Amino acid sequence: MATPLRIRTDEPSLRSPSRRHGGGESLFRRASTAAGVLLLLIMAAIAVFLVVEALPALRANRGNFLTTLTWEPNGSQSFGIAALAFGTLVSALLALLLAMPVAIGVALFISHYAPRRLAGVLGYVIDLLAAVPSVVYGLWGVVFLVPAVQGPFRFLNEHLGFIPLFGGDTVAGRSMLTAALVLAVMILPIITAVSREVFLQVPRTHEEAALALGATHWETIRIAVLPFGRPGVISAAMLGLGRAMGETIAVALIFPATFDISLRILTPQGNSIAANIANGFGEATPIGRGALIASGLVLFVITLLVNMGARLIVARRREYSGAAA
Amino acid sequence: MTGIQRVSAGRRLKDRLIRSLVYLSFVVAVIPLIAVLWMVIRNGLARFDVEFLTHSMRNIGARDVGGGAYHAILGTLEQVLLASAISIPIGLLTAIYLVEYGQGTRLSRMISFFVDVMTGIPSVVAGLFVLAFWILVLGMPFSGFAGALALSILMMPTVVRSTEEMLKLVPNDLREASYALGVPKWRTIVKVVLPTSLSGIVTGVMLAIARVAGETAPLLLTVFFTDSINRNPFTGPQMGLPLYVFDQASRPTDSAVDRAWAGALALILIVMLLNLAARLIGRWRSSARKR
Repeated sequence: MATPLRIRTDEPSLRSPSRRHGGGESLFRRASTAAGVLLLLIMAAIAVFLVVEALPALRANRGNFLTTLTWEPNGSQSFGIAALAFGTLVSALLALLLAMPVAIGVALFISHYAPRRLAGVLGYVIDLLAAVPSVVYGLWGVVFLVPAVQGPFRFLNEHLGFIPLFGGDTVAGRSMLTAALVLAVMILPIITAVSREVFLQVPRTHEEAALALGATHWETIRIAVLPFGRPGVISAAMLGLGRAMGETIAVALIFPATFDISLRILTPQGNSIAANIANGFGEATPIGRGALIASGLVLFVITLLVNMGARLIVARRREYSGAAA
Repeated sequence: MTGIQRVSAGRRLKDRLIRSLVYLSFVVAVIPLIAVLWMVIRNGLARFDVEFLTHSMRNIGARDVGGGAYHAILGTLEQVLLASAISIPIGLLTAIYLVEYGQGTRLSRMISFFVDVMTGIPSVVAGLFVLAFWILVLGMPFSGFAGALALSILMMPTVVRSTEEMLKLVPNDLREASYALGVPKWRTIVKVVLPTSLSGIVTGVMLAIARVAGETAPLLLTVFFTDSINRNPFTGPQMGLPLYVFDQASRPTDSAVDRAWAGALALILIVMLLNLAARLIGRWRSSARKR
């Protein structure tokens, strides 16, 4: 201690630093608060302006927006969301069904099977799947997947055609199942990432207790890891579902853009709200644009509900694990 | 052999079975990645030449050979730059509010929740919103800037989330040390908190840029199509690289599909480079930490 401590109470900046920087402080605080509020306003504005622009078209609609199966806002001005909403839900659920087992497997692989050193790199590889732009998946789907799946689809149709899902007279590459396959690849990274996080959060003591009781690796995962991770996995699935429903360009290139409701996923039919917007926007009249905006509003509301549900599950989980810690 | 009874054959078999299923699932997940990258590189190289990078599609029909994506690459760079200029300041300030000022208040909880929800907005809805608000209600023209607005809506929540995580990692000791020296809060944030977390924030921002650079749907509804070079993002239709790929892919001729692949290759190169750079910055930071 070479220099003794001196407290200089006469130094004005020590006593009231806020006087010198008062302007900066309140400006900064206000700016950051305003930015946060702006985000909320944008969310509200999205809802408001979609409604405003959709209303004229909805009024001009000669059909019933909820039940009409056709989409002819440009010509006969009769359009309905039913077939599109059905296609959106079915393709997204199908994609989820295909992606879930793989995603959980990959998440377990990275969190509990792969060597620690490799785990980070392997996780990054899976994240790269998310980095591929959706239009590239679409291109790949149309040029490669659509011709490639025709053989297997015909096989399914011939041998399992008694199941209505695989039934139908014609089998095509541009079908619901192909779109679902591409969607499954696209939502795999997000489901994996969220599941991996929760699997890594499992308290080590739970796993060690299971191992100490003589459980095998798999039994440890079944009795310690999976029950703990279940809410996280559910919300991961819902986030993936939201993604799949909003996915546009990839499915716009693959769907044959038909307007019927059918569960025959191998036949050349299928469409979704988002794909219809991408395909129909170019030739849309003002009423047509309004109709597309109305369908976008439906998509917005559905994905909003799914996402909010997912986030609420995560939030509740966080509180719970916080209390337990 | 120890005295402990060995695991029965049935249980051991099940364990092995699950283990191979788990390994298999990873292989299944990697197959599409490799398949997509391989096809893009193999098919993209056919037309990935000087002409492709320096020419537009003006006066070139779907059947014609030649033509390029210069107009689209230029458009994408401008749109992404503008979107970053809009969303990065807003995103950073929001994150600062959430971590430094709003802790625990109702407003901050609400913002935090809606930022999460906003990450799930379908990109096509962001495009529709800008179409409805900017082009239909305000009467603005289709332009690169309108596309940038749509992209910034998709970018903001990602920037907020990643920045928030990074700011939370800054130890409170640093902040308190700064306060103890009489430094006001805002200067503490600007001079201590932000520099400490800078590389992490940069990583997050670059990942956000990489994500929106590949978005097609919002551009489709806001910048429209053009085959010509438009350097000014504020007037008239512009092109974007993802849009270019979509446009060429929906034309059923071989030369158009070749152009689509070359465009996809250019797009993947841009996105992957951004991604790689972001990860390297992140890694460099964590190794600097350890030292």
